[in-house]
Amino acid sequence: MTASVPSITVRGSAGHDGTMLFDGLEMHIGAGQWTCLLGPSGVGKSTLLRLLAGLDTHVDFNGTLETSDGIPLAGRVSYMAQSDLLLPWATICDNVGLGSRLRGEKPNLEKLTKVIADVGLGDHAEKRPGQLSGGQRQRAALARTLMEDTPVVLLDEPFSSLDARTSFDMQELVARHLGRRTILLVTHDPGEAVRLCHRIYILKQGRVDQVESLAPPFPRDFADPEVFARQSALMARIREDTG
Amino acid sequence: MSGARYIIAALVAVAAIWEFAVIVTGVPRYILPSVGDVMVAFVNNWSLIGEHLIVTLTEVVLGIVIGTCLGCVTAIQLETSRAARLFLRPILIFSQAIPVFALAPLLTLWLGYGMISKVVMAILIIYFPVTSSFYDGLVNTPKSYLDLATTMGTTKWRQLFLIKVPAAAPSLFSGIRLAAVYAPIGATIGEWVGSSQGLGYLMLLASGRVKIDLMFASLLTLGVMSMGLYAIISVTLGRLSRFNG
Repeated sequence: MTASVPSITVRGSAGHDGTMLFDGLEMHIGAGQWTCLLGPSGVGKSTLLRLLAGLDTHVDFNGTLETSDGIPLAGRVSYMAQSDLLLPWATICDNVGLGSRLRGEKPNLEKLTKVIADVGLGDHAEKRPGQLSGGQRQRAALARTLMEDTPVVLLDEPFSSLDARTSFDMQELVARHLGRRTILLVTHDPGEAVRLCHRIYILKQGRVDQVESLAPPFPRDFADPEVFARQSALMARIREDTG
Repeated sequence: MSGARYIIAALVAVAAIWEFAVIVTGVPRYILPSVGDVMVAFVNNWSLIGEHLIVTLTEVVLGIVIGTCLGCVTAIQLETSRAARLFLRPILIFSQAIPVFALAPLLTLWLGYGMISKVVMAILIIYFPVTSSFYDGLVNTPKSYLDLATTMGTTKWRQLFLIKVPAAAPSLFSGIRLAAVYAPIGATIGEWVGSSQGLGYLMLLASGRVKIDLMFASLLTLGVMSMGLYAIISVTLGRLSRFNG
């Protein structure tokens, strides 16, 4: 990755038809760090992520979205969702190189081959998504994100549909490959947040609070007692706050 | 039992019921010929039937190809242009409110007794199902695919041809399968109203000469042709769409 890696600050409120989704939000997403937005389903985590991605949200956002380098986020963001979003009619190779084709550019074949091999799908490049397992499909989605090579990556619960073992492996893989990009991870799993993120925010009942996170390096070992302790504390905090 | 065996068993059962009904009711041959009579008529007239079959088949295939192309272009227009939606949709719906039967004499008057009026009849009858099914597929492209494309910085037309059209292919294929069934109806109506060739014309000619066995042989040939066409199109489209989710 050659482009500069910005930090992002979001301030403001959002709502729809008089119902406030969040108010007085102030969230800082550190440059080259993992920031986690944690909270139960339906509180507006994905809406916030969609605002950053420049996608439709069906809410009115009143606020500012600033980057440390002053350059707008458009064109510098890639997106990985809970669903792998692989096009079922295209091969893994075509799916990974989709961004280039959508922009009318010729895919860099050397990079394409390397990225697919890096996520362990070298033998599956010519297969269709339907021929792969859930974990392999998420690896392909990661390869597509790596191929985009953007400085900002938005992750919308990308591990939540995987089984525990595959989810853990994917977390390691994503953390290793996305390197020092600016990352916002939306999740409802406190364990994931503690292991992966430099900064953790909890979104609930319309407000966002920052909670204490562990010190680097990330990802932290899952057997680390500190991870267990922080995960339990975080879980207790979420339960207490949501009643 | 395999699919082909079920089809053969069903055909044998229908033929047996038909033959049984003819024997039991003693209905005259000029009202309802026996299966054997129809088979004999087919063998004796296979060259004549084949000649007219080629005409009808050509009309139907041309109708399906041209109608499908027009339907695709219209669906894309409807999807990409609000003005086209506002302008074309009422016309499309109005065109479906008029029975194709009612248009057949007009088309024959305007386009003559030749093949063109029958091809146009076939086009008219399949145009709406193809347009409608493809348009539905285009507008129902999963939003998540479009979101992904948006974050990748695409253009409207690349998004259309790389995401929406492939995503809508299964819906389009359903429309084409319907077209394969409807197009022979359109062509045959056209032949009934005014023609000098085709299976529809042969059926009318045989009926007028009280050659009911030949009429049935033509009718059965038309049915087999339609089923064969549907099977070929269905298998081809099935192979094309097996990766579409």
